[in-house]
Amino acid sequence: MKVSRRQMLILLPAAVVAWESVMAGTPEESPNYKMTDHWWGMLIDITKCIGCGNCVRACSTENDVPDGYFRTWVERYHVNDEDMTQPVVISPDGGKEGFPSVAKEDEGKYFFVPKMCNHCADSPCTQVCPVGATFISPDGVVLVDQKYCLGCAYCVQACPYGCRFINPAKETADKCTLCYHRITQGLTTACCENCPTGARQLADLKDPKDPIHEFLRTHSVQVLKPQMATGAKAFYNGLDGSVR
Amino acid sequence: MSVFKDAGHLFRFAGLFVLAFLIFLVVRHFVVPKSFGEYGHYRGAAMGEIAAHPAKYAGHETCETCHSDIADKKKSGKHAHVNCEACHGAIFMRLPAPEPKPDLYERFVALVSRRIPPDPPLLRHAEDPTSVKPVLPDTAVLCARCHTASAAKPKGFPQVDPAEHSGGLPCQTCHNPHSPGMDASNTAAGGAK
Repeated sequence: MKVSRRQMLILLPAAVVAWESVMAGTPEESPNYKMTDHWWGMLIDITKCIGCGNCVRACSTENDVPDGYFRTWVERYHVNDEDMTQPVVISPDGGKEGFPSVAKEDEGKYFFVPKMCNHCADSPCTQVCPVGATFISPDGVVLVDQKYCLGCAYCVQACPYGCRFINPAKETADKCTLCYHRITQGLTTACCENCPTGARQLADLKDPKDPIHEFLRTHSVQVLKPQMATGAKAFYNGLDGSVR
Repeated sequence: MSVFKDAGHLFRFAGLFVLAFLIFLVVRHFVVPKSFGEYGHYRGAAMGEIAAHPAKYAGHETCETCHSDIADKKKSGKHAHVNCEACHGAIFMRLPAPEPKPDLYERFVALVSRRIPPDPPLLRHAEDPTSVKPVLPDTAVLCARCHTASAAKPKGFPQVDPAEHSGGLPCQTCHNPHSPGMDASNTAAGGAK
């Protein structure tokens, strides 16, 4: 078969396009994990949190979070009896090494609030990304594509919960992935695995057998900043009205 | 056909537009990643890349495959729901990152490509239990982290003032950390409630 120069000029680019598609392939997924079968969230029980900082340390080890930055952190609230609009909040080094002791005689009430990405169903952070580098995955986890992110930090400003930062080494937006590499393998998140009191529990809202459903039915549960209508999926039990 | 008379220049111009559009399509084909738009306005392959991150906490089930004796001891005690790695640390440990090379070329490449630095290798206790051992935690620090009395902690949680409670003795003198209750196997004097 003789191929003319004209035919060659048409065939060659076509062959390149075909070869590209073959080489690119589709992303490999864990064989037993189907994204459409899950809708992930988190249950945080403030009445159980002792402020030990295990979650913060575990998260930083698991995800190689740089020092001084946090994908999850713990805050200690101090609210005076009659003025809940002015809580005193501390979080020394994200609560990584615990908190100073409080004597019984001290006035007001004290409690710990673990914070992390709320994996909002209508997240403001993914809406502002100009390049499509951050998104809500089909299983309800807000993720950042490190290769696509420009580091413009619009999302860092957009998050009403302050859960994002610019990773100083990668110069891209960084945040809690809900340990996506673990939950897709059937493991729980590093923070839940290491919480000694069970104050944090990973929840799969699409799994009818998940204890989250029973818990949500029988407890007074709240999300942070419900007035923002973010569809937050970090459910807090025993959340005080003073928490911002 | 009189409408198209003297309209040749318009056709040539339209041809240029069509050509530019075709070039745009070809460039777009090569520049936009294959999986972009697979699930939405993002790169679908990113999820696979994020899921490929190595886990360092293997989970208590992994520990229990070998340390079943400890798991049995823990089951009956108050620490039944405290997972192994919560005290012992992750069983996969990162080696310290290698020093960055002072090579001028390497630095130039890193500068222009904004290359994401590779992760240092992992040491795996589960794969090589004899040479890779988690550090035995110091109970004086470890136990105090959770059990030092503070009014900020939930009321029902067992809390002590370590200095007053044991006079500086290490906790495991009286308590077995895997089952800290004071039963027949843990009989030693002291320990104000």
